[in-house]
Amino acid sequence: MKAAKLLSAVLALVLVVCLFAGCSSDEKSDTLYMVTNAEFPPYEYYENGEIVGIDAEIAQKIAEKLGMTLEIEDMDFTSVIAAVESGKADMCLAGLTITPDRQKSVNFTVSYATGVQVVIVKEGSPITSVDDLFGDGNYKIGVQENTTGDIYATGDIEDEGLGTVERYNKGADAVAALVSDKIDCVIIDNEPAKNYVEANEGLVILDTEYAVEDYSIALNKDNTELYDKVNNALQELIDDGTVQQIIDKYINAD
Amino acid sequence: MPEFLLDLKEQFIFTFIEDERWRYLVTGLGNTLLITLFAGIIGVVVGLVVALVRSSYDKTADGARMTFGRFLFSVLNWICKLYLTVVRGTPVVVQLLIMYYVIFATSRNGVLIAIVAFGINSGAYVAEIFRSGIMAVDNGQTEAGRSLGFGYVQTMRYIVIPQAFKTVLPALANEFIVLLKETSVAGYVAIIDLTKGAYIIIGRTYKAFMPLIVVALAYLSLVVFFTYLVGRLERRLRNSDH
Repeated sequence: MKAAKLLSAVLALVLVVCLFAGCSSDEKSDTLYMVTNAEFPPYEYYENGEIVGIDAEIAQKIAEKLGMTLEIEDMDFTSVIAAVESGKADMCLAGLTITPDRQKSVNFTVSYATGVQVVIVKEGSPITSVDDLFGDGNYKIGVQENTTGDIYATGDIEDEGLGTVERYNKGADAVAALVSDKIDCVIIDNEPAKNYVEANEGLVILDTEYAVEDYSIALNKDNTELYDKVNNALQELIDDGTVQQIIDKYINAD
Repeated sequence: MPEFLLDLKEQFIFTFIEDERWRYLVTGLGNTLLITLFAGIIGVVVGLVVALVRSSYDKTADGARMTFGRFLFSVLNWICKLYLTVVRGTPVVVQLLIMYYVIFATSRNGVLIAIVAFGINSGAYVAEIFRSGIMAVDNGQTEAGRSLGFGYVQTMRYIVIPQAFKTVLPALANEFIVLLKETSVAGYVAIIDLTKGAYIIIGRTYKAFMPLIVVALAYLSLVVFFTYLVGRLERRLRNSDH
């Protein structure tokens, strides 16, 4: 009787250990962890409590190709690259532009979309073109913290003493500040800009572009195996037109 | 120099010296101190007024006749109670965001809005600290003051508040330390404070270690220095105990 009890206890223990071991080893190879900042419509945003958008769909297709399940985590834009670099996440799709500084920390895949930095102003604003920002208006420029809009504006305008940059956690916060006249303009990517202008009356996007840039997927520098797999899968999706289909679905639908 | 020290030095140079990124921390430190100092002053003034209203009302409640003056006083007391409930019942970040986007929607001076928001927030906590101090002074002190011919205000001013202040000093210093650290949420409304400064550097360098450690040390040194000052003040106030 005693022996049977002991045996069952040992068996239970073995079972539990196997369960844990199984969990950790299986999940590592079967799940593709993606981080993003879901404040960036139409690339990533919340709909019915789910993160959807162009980046989410492309990631889903890549995961399917690799036979993995996709798991998306939403975090501050400031933290997404650090999350990939430290290995907390496998990859980042966040409308992320390839820049030399970022390339020091992560590997970028081929580019899957083009982004344009534009300037949002209020109707009747004294700012009528991008060049006005470099004049002597000493404007307050709103950006989302650590986006390329922030990096450009800081380097080109604030550091030159031509104006000040107000850095918000989210693009939507910067737009809210613009609406209540706290700042004079917002520099942000074209597609989210369209969404913001549609949602808020009295805002316009300037015709001139601030910068054109390439969106890409960021992966950990050490995990070259996964990098190759993701890069190849993405290239295939671009070649067979899937990526374009997804982009068209969100952007050119109207 | 050992390897890891060289590595740290290199990281330090990359994080702070390159592109003059230390400027974000200097600006941040300035704003953090500015907001804390002035919010602290507003907090003490608001807190003292509210505490006086609340404690005076409670102390004089027994057998007070319902005159018009008494009625006004009870309205004032009720407003103070409402203020305490609302401010202590909501998070300071939410209050700051409401101030920034709703109440002072047209103001372009973020630091000023933060000073007001944190000042009003701190005032509620300081009020209760002062009230506890005032209530802790024995009623005999008030009676003695009154029987010596002092008016109510004079009794408060010369007898009750000085004693109360000594009692509440540790709690007050505590509230000031909390306030200093609470200002770290000012970054929510695009103010560059110490924390936001670190955050910007993290976003530029993609390295979290250096900026976070340096900012933590900065807060720590500020608090240690302030605690030392309060310690000296307490020692001085104790001189009158003999």
